[in-house]
Amino acid sequence: MALYDSRRRTNMIGLGLCYASAAFGLGWLIIILATLLWQGFSGLSVAVFTQMTPPPGSGGGLLNAIVGSLIMTILGVCIGTPLGILAGTYMAEYGRGSKLTFVVRFINDILLSAPSIVIGLFVYEVMVARMGHFSGIAGAIALAVIVVPVVVRTTEDMLLLVPGQLREAASALGLPRSTVVSRIAYRAARAGLITGVLLAVARVSGETAPLLFTALNNQFFSADVNAPMASLPAVIFQFALSPYKQWQSLAWTGALIITLAVLVLSIVARVLGSRGASK
Amino acid sequence: MADVAVESGQVAYKDAARRARVASSFKLRDTSFRWLTLAAAIAVLIILGGVIASLIQGSIPAFQAFGFGFLTMQVWNPVTDRYGALAPVYGTVVTSLIAMLIAVPVGLGIAIFLSELCPDVLRRPIGIAIELLAGIPSIIYGIWGLFVFAPFLQQYVQPALIGLFGHVPVLSTLFAGPPYGIGMLTAGFILAIMVLPFITAISRDVFNTVPQLLKEAGYGGGCTTWEVVRFIVIPYTRVGILGGVMLGLGRALGETMAVTFVIGNAHKISASLLAPATTISAVIANEFTEAVSDLYTSALIELGLILFVITFFVLAVARFMLMRLEHQAGR
Repeated sequence: MALYDSRRRTNMIGLGLCYASAAFGLGWLIIILATLLWQGFSGLSVAVFTQMTPPPGSGGGLLNAIVGSLIMTILGVCIGTPLGILAGTYMAEYGRGSKLTFVVRFINDILLSAPSIVIGLFVYEVMVARMGHFSGIAGAIALAVIVVPVVVRTTEDMLLLVPGQLREAASALGLPRSTVVSRIAYRAARAGLITGVLLAVARVSGETAPLLFTALNNQFFSADVNAPMASLPAVIFQFALSPYKQWQSLAWTGALIITLAVLVLSIVARVLGSRGASK
Repeated sequence: MADVAVESGQVAYKDAARRARVASSFKLRDTSFRWLTLAAAIAVLIILGGVIASLIQGSIPAFQAFGFGFLTMQVWNPVTDRYGALAPVYGTVVTSLIAMLIAVPVGLGIAIFLSELCPDVLRRPIGIAIELLAGIPSIIYGIWGLFVFAPFLQQYVQPALIGLFGHVPVLSTLFAGPPYGIGMLTAGFILAIMVLPFITAISRDVFNTVPQLLKEAGYGGGCTTWEVVRFIVIPYTRVGILGGVMLGLGRALGETMAVTFVIGNAHKISASLLAPATTISAVIANEFTEAVSDLYTSALIELGLILFVITFFVLAVARFMLMRLEHQAGR
């Protein structure tokens, strides 16, 4: 009976700890989101979307940072996506099971979680140091390097889900392999491919570290990709560490905008992905 | 009659020629597409090679100046142009260890909760919430740490820690000094909150690979829920859990923004966990654009190389373990 009691006690303690850790972990995450919403919404106004980042001590908005972030994210995704989709296509369609695919998958998975600041250093070495100045395009390239592994991974996974019979049926009609891939496999996996791209957008839109020494920052409005360009994360970094109240409040608002954008993107990606999978 | 035959022969000939043309255009498109995708796949390898090569090239001046002493020197002085990596490496390792000490048990606890204890209605929402949280940019954790968590620690927790452990022999050195709020403990805690969703999501997926049959056999044999978890689920998924933990460690080691805000940026090694310190990524983020001399820049790039090599190995081990698990599951 004593043994039975002690086993029951251990069970209660163990499971209690699991419940406690769930409450503890989720509690912190909820606190962070609540603070973010509270602080961010209190600074949210129309001016945030229509005015430039202000000098210390005066009011302003985040327009140049938002535009800069949009430009670099779009450019980065446009550069990285085709490369990622093509590489994923090779792995799922042509080189299925080959040694090269195995190596590329392994390296890609490592790139997927490699420190993004190192990517920034790489692009600095390759582009900024050669060109002699910071530029928006260098920032976009750095983001593209981060986009590629995300897209490669989802493209391969999604193409592997496409049933082989579809491809066989198309091939039996005499279609060449490239048409089978582009007209049949891509279409069947379309929702999944879009999910991958959306996830990549969500991933890069909050990236700060690789932009710090590629695109740098810019206090003024600039759509010139050859000049330093402002971005939301870089502005948040600068403003949050400043002693000025207005700057700090803008940093919170910027953080809220990024988080909401990322959450919306991930939710849309998830809905699309689950719809594609259930079809 | 003969005319018709000749004509149809011509038609057949024309048809065949057209077919050959179409077939050859198909063939051209096929081969070019195939080569294009192959080139893209190889480009992924080239990116990794490029990252390593450029980092090595950039760190040559620093390596020539300091040699392997770079790894063991603690001095970091831009004025005299002498740099050593010991303090940032130490800070990176200690903050990541603190993060793992907190995040691994809590993450596993949440994963057990999700896979064994949670009511079915809540399982999906909580699972999705955790996956969404894994996507939140790290700068959010950083700004929260700076404005909310560090002041809270400074006011309430750290004085209590100093008071509580001030007279205990070993712990008094770990929790010594004035409560700054920012420092290694704070950074480690923020990192823990940040990697928590990763570890939870992977361990939950791994736990779900345990065959229902094994668990039912355990329950049938009279095991309690805890005993099933402890003696069946965890042993069965050991390799996968370790892979997930290593993946989280890789994230924690390379994390920049969440740490830079709260680490304090002090190039020194102190025994106290409450003291400000620095990590590799924080040094690079803070000082790279201000580095004026070539040697300074090169030293920072060499730091980046060290970080990349460390995370590369950690992530490679993680992937290897997760792959072994997939292999096992596929069998």
